[in-house]
Amino acid sequence: MQRIGVFICWCGSNIAATVDVKRVAETIKSEPGVVFAENYQYMCSENGQQLIKQAIREHNLTGIVVGACSPRMHEVTFRKAAEEAGLNPYMVEIANIREHCSWIHKDMEEATEKAVILVRTAIAKVKLNAPLTAGESPVTKRALVIGGGIAGIQAALDIAEAGFKVDIVEKNATIGGRMAQLDKTFPTLDCSACILTPKMVDCAQHENIDILSYSEVEDVKGFVGNFHVKIRRKARYVDETKCTGCKLCMEKCPSKKGLNEFNMNLNTRTAIHIPFAQAIPNVAVIDSTQCLKFKTGKCGICQKFCEVGAIDFTQQDTFVERQYGAIVVATGFKPIALDNFNEFGYADNKDVITSLELERLMNAAGPTNGVLLRPSDGQHPHVVTFIQCVGSRDTSGCGKPYCSKICCMYTAKHAMMIREKYPDTEVHVFYIDVRTPGKNYDEFHRRAVEQYGVDYIKGMVGKVYNENGKLMVQGANLIDNEQVTIESDLVVLATAIEPEPSVRKVATLLTASIDTNNFLTESHAKLRPVESPTAGVYLAGVCQGPKDIPETVSQASACAAKVIGLLVKDKLKTNPCVAMPDEMMCNGCSQCANVCAYGAITYLDKEFRIGGGKTEIRRVASVNPAVCQGCGACTVTCPSGAMDLKGFSSKQIMSEVDAICKK
Amino acid sequence: MQEVTENKEFTPNIVAFCCNWCSYAGADLAGSSRMTYPANVKIIRVPCSCRVNPTFILKAYQQGADGVIICGCHPGDCHYVTGNYYTRRRIALLFSMLNYMGIEKERTRLEWVSAAEGQKFSAVMNDFVKTITELGENKRLTDLRVKEGE
Ligand SMILES: Cc1cc2nc3c(=O)[nH]c(=O)nc-3n(C[C@H](O)[C@H](O)[C@H](O)COP(=O)(O)OP(=O)(O)OC[C@H]3O[C@@H](n4cnc5c(N)ncnc54)[C@H](O)[C@@H]3O)c2cc1C
Repeated sequence: MQRIGVFICWCGSNIAATVDVKRVAETIKSEPGVVFAENYQYMCSENGQQLIKQAIREHNLTGIVVGACSPRMHEVTFRKAAEEAGLNPYMVEIANIREHCSWIHKDMEEATEKAVILVRTAIAKVKLNAPLTAGESPVTKRALVIGGGIAGIQAALDIAEAGFKVDIVEKNATIGGRMAQLDKTFPTLDCSACILTPKMVDCAQHENIDILSYSEVEDVKGFVGNFHVKIRRKARYVDETKCTGCKLCMEKCPSKKGLNEFNMNLNTRTAIHIPFAQAIPNVAVIDSTQCLKFKTGKCGICQKFCEVGAIDFTQQDTFVERQYGAIVVATGFKPIALDNFNEFGYADNKDVITSLELERLMNAAGPTNGVLLRPSDGQHPHVVTFIQCVGSRDTSGCGKPYCSKICCMYTAKHAMMIREKYPDTEVHVFYIDVRTPGKNYDEFHRRAVEQYGVDYIKGMVGKVYNENGKLMVQGANLIDNEQVTIESDLVVLATAIEPEPSVRKVATLLTASIDTNNFLTESHAKLRPVESPTAGVYLAGVCQGPKDIPETVSQASACAAKVIGLLVKDKLKTNPCVAMPDEMMCNGCSQCANVCAYGAITYLDKEFRIGGGKTEIRRVASVNPAVCQGCGACTVTCPSGAMDLKGFSSKQIMSEVDAICKK
Repeated sequence: MQEVTENKEFTPNIVAFCCNWCSYAGADLAGSSRMTYPANVKIIRVPCSCRVNPTFILKAYQQGADGVIICGCHPGDCHYVTGNYYTRRRIALLFSMLNYMGIEKERTRLEWVSAAEGQKFSAVMNDFVKTITELGENKRLTDLRVKEGE
């Protein structure tokens, strides 16, 4: 038999002035199942809570309803009080008679009547409440960072500094990401390598960090606190533990015609190579598609010369499996392909380059040793024209609808760097808008215009074509309202950026959602910007949206704070209001798993007794309570009505509907 | 019984399903900003608008509700990422079914109300109550079975 207690709060005069609280309590006393009803000035006060606790004990209450302010205010308070009196905290329901009643109605009669109905509704619900216990799951105190760009590096360092083990899984042979390719960085124009490489070294030397380079995540199982991850360590044909990075192999390798990806294919490299001088780990890798030993079976020169015997042509991909409590995704970006933009002549003219290529051409360690030379003839360019928004803010379908955010700033940077180094060079910039919000950013752009005399032309470029060895850039000047053609030696396209394509696979493995542009989606755009909707998965850097280094680093540190906050816990308390299937009704159809945004639902083959001493094996849905967030999407989708949500069960909601509609 | 209700001025009975994160908070804000709307709107709190099974709505009509309104987070803002997209589709389907059953489309409404939109919440409720009052009592689906105590 249910024994319900009802407690009506006056909230001073907030409720009592419009709702006849005494009458509510009196009326409710005669409700079936109600054995106690009382009103009090402030239920949330110490005395009020005492009153509730005492009533629970004295009247042996099985459930309580508090008619008071919004449950968003004091549900927790009253649950705690109930628990202290020995009642399960989930046997408490709140009737919101303040925000949803006394504060919006003026007529006392009307408001009192409504308050009675609201309390009745809560009673109807609480009668169907079941005691719930928050589950607990253990936490593996180790984090995984996927992607070793500046985002991954920063997150890993911060987590490691807090005393937790971190593994960085990087698909390339070295960590560093795009930042390693940059020459100088806005807004301070300090050298990228000078600020990045010390951090890379810190990662390599940190006792808590393990760098798994040339590796990819192959499979992810589990959930927050307990991810089980399988990592593929791709064969690099060089024993990482032996190679000293002496580069003798690179000197001797006869296959020198591989495109140098690190230099944006602007020059070549040997088949066995270390991506760049400060690579971490400083270990060679063999490009098996280029290596003569792999292609013809002959050669093996590197093996002969390697003094430590690190070369191993028989190496195979290996797998490691590890447990993690939290995962940071930091897979970064790439510039988009320019196939859809023939008007800029990128494919036909060697001297039409992307901004990232320019970074390499300006870099002292780049293909031209930092001397700006035209790729076609090695001549110094006298007129350089930049085209902004190539593929960004493009709703035609050829490019990307979003703003790539970093291009206005790095184009200003490039323009200034060229004018600084080569004052005899004319620099033009075609732009749609200049977008430079950020600390010291607009000043930076103005410096380019005012101090460095960079010619900014507002307008779009229609066409770039080659005429007698000159690149003719034809565009509009919207301010002077005229067509202009600029005879240039070098054209630089500020190319839109997009998420690194492998992010799709990573997102699928993690059941992390991605938006229509392949950027990973955060849990809440404003309030939970570094958490993915999948509990225990965090987002850092450009994989979540276009951003520059300062923003990337802030986000990475924010991620680290979140990860540390998770890893310091020994156990996680889980929300008990989660979905649960009735296995006798479930037919294993998978519809619920399809709508679950969290990947909380899996299927089990279970043995059921079917009478006559026989059993059968049936596939049934199984909800992981540590992953389920309790939205209820699955409950409505379930065609057999097997899925229900604890705390908000169909029966509970139906009984509320009944109570409200009862005339 | 029948006579009494017909003589009395008609005040509709309205069930509002509000998602916990946006619309319920929006309703709270309407309250704390002392914005008014008629007392015949009664709110049921659900974690997400996608928890609202169309059968809850049918049940409400069967039990004598005159109007049902479902409020959720704005598209793209769902606390559970995609929940309200499911709601949107389900309710769209329900509309065609209600139409088939002869229940006016206007009796059921889906609205997006954020936690900041107290003003919108109260405006929506005022408007909805007005619409339902004009439509009159819902008799289409009332449960004809003998009720308890009759
Ligand atoms: C031309 C240009 C100039 C720029 N100049 C500046 C500047 O001056 N100042 C500034 O602040 N910002 C600048 N930026 C922006 C800056 O490059 C980015 O903000 C920064 O690199 C983002 O870092 P990230 O770690 O998010 O991504 P990335 O640098 O792209 O790093 C991602 C890493 O993850 C790895 N990875 C990807 N997928 C996987 C996978 N599936 N598994 C394992 N590993 C994976 C990648 O190999 C890479 O190492 C510039 C960008 C461009 C294009």
